[in-house]
Order: sequence, then structure tokens, then C-alpha cells
Amino acid sequence: MIALVDYGAGNLTSVRKALAHLDAPTTTPTRPAELDAADGIIVPGVGNFEVTAALGADWRAAIRAHIERQRPMLGICVGMQWLFDGSTEAPGHPGLQMLPGTCSLITDQEDATPEEHRGGSDRVGGRLKVPHVGWNTLRVTRPSWLLDGVAKGAQVYFTHSFAAPVTADCVGATRYGVEFAAAVERGLVGGVQFHPEKSSDVGLRILRNFLQKAL
Amino acid sequence: MLSKRIIACLDVRDGAVVKGVNFEGLRHAGDPAELATRYNREGIDEVVILDITATIEKRKALAETIDAVAREIFLPLCVGGGIRGEAHAEAAIEAGADKVGINTAALSQPDLITTLAKRYGSQAVIVAIDTKRVGGRFKIYVRSGQQGTERDAVEWAQEAADRGAGEILLTSIDQDGTKAGFDCELTAAVSSAVPIPVIASGGAGTFDHFVDVFTTGQADAALAASIFHYSEHAVADLKTHLRSHGIPVRIT
Repeated sequence: MIALVDYGAGNLTSVRKALAHLDAPTTTPTRPAELDAADGIIVPGVGNFEVTAALGADWRAAIRAHIERQRPMLGICVGMQWLFDGSTEAPGHPGLQMLPGTCSLITDQEDATPEEHRGGSDRVGGRLKVPHVGWNTLRVTRPSWLLDGVAKGAQVYFTHSFAAPVTADCVGATRYGVEFAAAVERGLVGGVQFHPEKSSDVGLRILRNFLQKAL
Repeated sequence: MLSKRIIACLDVRDGAVVKGVNFEGLRHAGDPAELATRYNREGIDEVVILDITATIEKRKALAETIDAVAREIFLPLCVGGGIRGEAHAEAAIEAGADKVGINTAALSQPDLITTLAKRYGSQAVIVAIDTKRVGGRFKIYVRSGQQGTERDAVEWAQEAADRGAGEILLTSIDQDGTKAGFDCELTAAVSSAVPIPVIASGGAGTFDHFVDVFTTGQADAALAASIFHYSEHAVADLKTHLRSHGIPVRIT
């Protein structure tokens, strides 16, 4: 059973439908204790980092216990950012602190090396358009169970303004103004900044990789 | 590199896809879930369901359409047409939409943009603008293009972005359904004025029209309906064409 953690802002419908398509049973626990029975945990997410504050100490403890039982978890979008120490989007709200690093606004990280192509509208007055919306290339940076089978040059769907830095936990990187961590993995803890549930066949492959670890 | 997006619009009435010329003269073009599945196979980047009846009694049919499409394809899905308030947006998102497009309601109650952006995130809020050239300006029309306003499209796009919109869906009523090409001047005017992505709509007839709107028009995405409806392989062929012109696209 895959537990989808609902903290009120994440749109669970899309993730639930993608998992149903892959024949995975899902549940949406209302109490942290229900996570004890989960084979895998997914923390989806959209919106502001601040909403993760709804996952209080009891939820965090239950998720940490799940990881200590050597069961896999996957954070999606804000759910991935939440795996880190925190985000400059909501400085008062710490993340799960499973991965070192702090997420920040893409334009604050920007290293001013625009990519040249004929359709040059990524920038307005020299600044990147934010949010970063659309399909971008996922560059696999090291072998991982999460991105197993993802082809070179594969593209996935992003929609976000904040991003995690490229650290030792990064397994896939994407460039938009700056290179950021598009996929992370440490042991059985995985995270993706993009939306696998919205990334067609590539995304379904990544979700299937997670399900294989979990079920 | 971030790809330019190709978006298929399904104009849906009573659960079936229809397409008109200049917002009128509708003709039937198929089942929404079937068409969306075909587009996904061909490599479309995103799907917009536009409910062109949007009467209250048809709301349930719309939710069923959204649900049916979202079960079959795992792509970003936007729903627009007749979203008058938070409850309508919620129903669309609950049914499986990732984004909602608001048009008339955004103009009459601009706070709705902020309300939805706070609740679902800016990425879920697309402000749709229908505009027509009137005396050298781009004037906004509402109620499916039936009613003119005194508002200017560029100014309104800027205000919508300030209020929390995540993208602008910009339709030229003059070009819509004509197959004569996008209004690149309009698209560039809005795209260069706002810090958020702009989706160009109205007038796609040839592959070169897409090249034009991504270069001259500075669009981040382009939306079309009939060019995809009646021809198999159009999406893949279009993307090959764009790539050969140096425009970054997702090839599947």
C-alpha cells in the first residue's frame, strides 16, 4: 500500500490517477500512525513551502520511522524540497532535514548564462521568467534506482519557482538559468522537482521504479 | 533546455469536442478522452479543455470529461470556460485539472486570481485574455468574445501577473479559426511585458506559423485545436519542423 501524504495543498488527484494506472493501491492517511502499515510513502506537493508546516512533529516522526524501517519514500515538487533543511520561501519552517541544503528562488541562484536559441523569450529584460514552467531536459548525473531506464535527453514537466541545490544527493540535474537538483536520492529516500505524474511515459517509468522498491 | 510547449485545445460542449471559426459555427470533432490519448501518443506537451457551454446544468458533464481525460493521459491538464469562482475551480481541480483558466471572472473579480493562487499556487492559475485589435490597441473581450470592454490586454496581463497568475493564455479573436497565423505583434507585446509564461492562441494554420510565434512572437507556448484535430501525426511533424528551425521542443 502506498500512502499519499496530504497536507492540504498538494493536488493528490493526479498522483492518485497515475498510480491507479500503474495498478498500485493507494491510501490517504488521516493520522500519522496509519503510516506504520505503508509500503511506500509519497509526499506530493504544489504551492508554497509554508504549507508543509501542516506536517507537524507527529507526521515527521512517523515518516522518519518509515525510513528507518528501510521503506522507500518519494517527495514530489515541494515534497522534494521538504526533504532538505528548508527553503528561503518560508525561512521559519524547517524541512524534514533528511538531505543537507537549502532551497531558494531560481532567480536568486541565477548565474547569468542564457542559453541561445531562436525563441529567446525565457527572459524579460534580462531576467528569467519565473515560474519555470514546461518540459526540460533531465540529465542523469549518476546511476540510481529512481531514474533507472530514463533515456539520455529525456524531458520531464516542471512547474516551480524554488529549487534545491546540486549536492552529493543529486542524481538528475536540470538547467534553467542555473543548474539545480531535479532528482535526488539517498538510500531509499527519493525526490523529484518535476511532476512524474504529469511527465507522460518518462514520468510513469520513474513512478514504476519507486513502486518496484516499495511493493 | 526549456522546451517551447505545444498545447492542444479541446473545445468541449456537452461532453464532445467541437471547433468553431471566429468563436461561431461549431462542428463536431470527437470524443475528448480519445483525442487526448491520440495527442499524447503523438507527443503533445499539454492539453487544455475549454468548456464552451459552461452552463450550470452542464457542470457535472464537464467534471466527467475532465476525469475521463485525466485517467488516460499523464500530461499537464488545464480547464477553462465558465469558471466563475472558487467553487468552480475546486471542482475542476478535484476532477483532475492541474490548472484552471479564468477569463471573464478574473476581470470582474480580480481578487479571484489571488485567492486561487494562494490556495493552489500560482502554477495552477492561468488568466485567459481574449482580445481584438480596435483602433491600434488590443482591447479585451469577455463572455466568449461577445462583449467588448475598455481594458487593454497588455496592461491587464501585467496586473494579472502582479495578482498571482502563473501564466497568460492569450487569444487573438481576429485570428481565431482563420488559419492565417498567430498575432505575433500582440503576443510579443504581452510576452515582453510580463514575467510569466505566455501561451499564444488563435490562428494556427501552418507549421511556419508556430515558428513565427516562437521567434517574432516570443511565445513560451502555442495553443491550437483544428490543426491537430483533423490530421494524424501533426504534432510529431510540427515538432520536427520546429527543431529544424532551431526552436527547442520535446521530441518523444
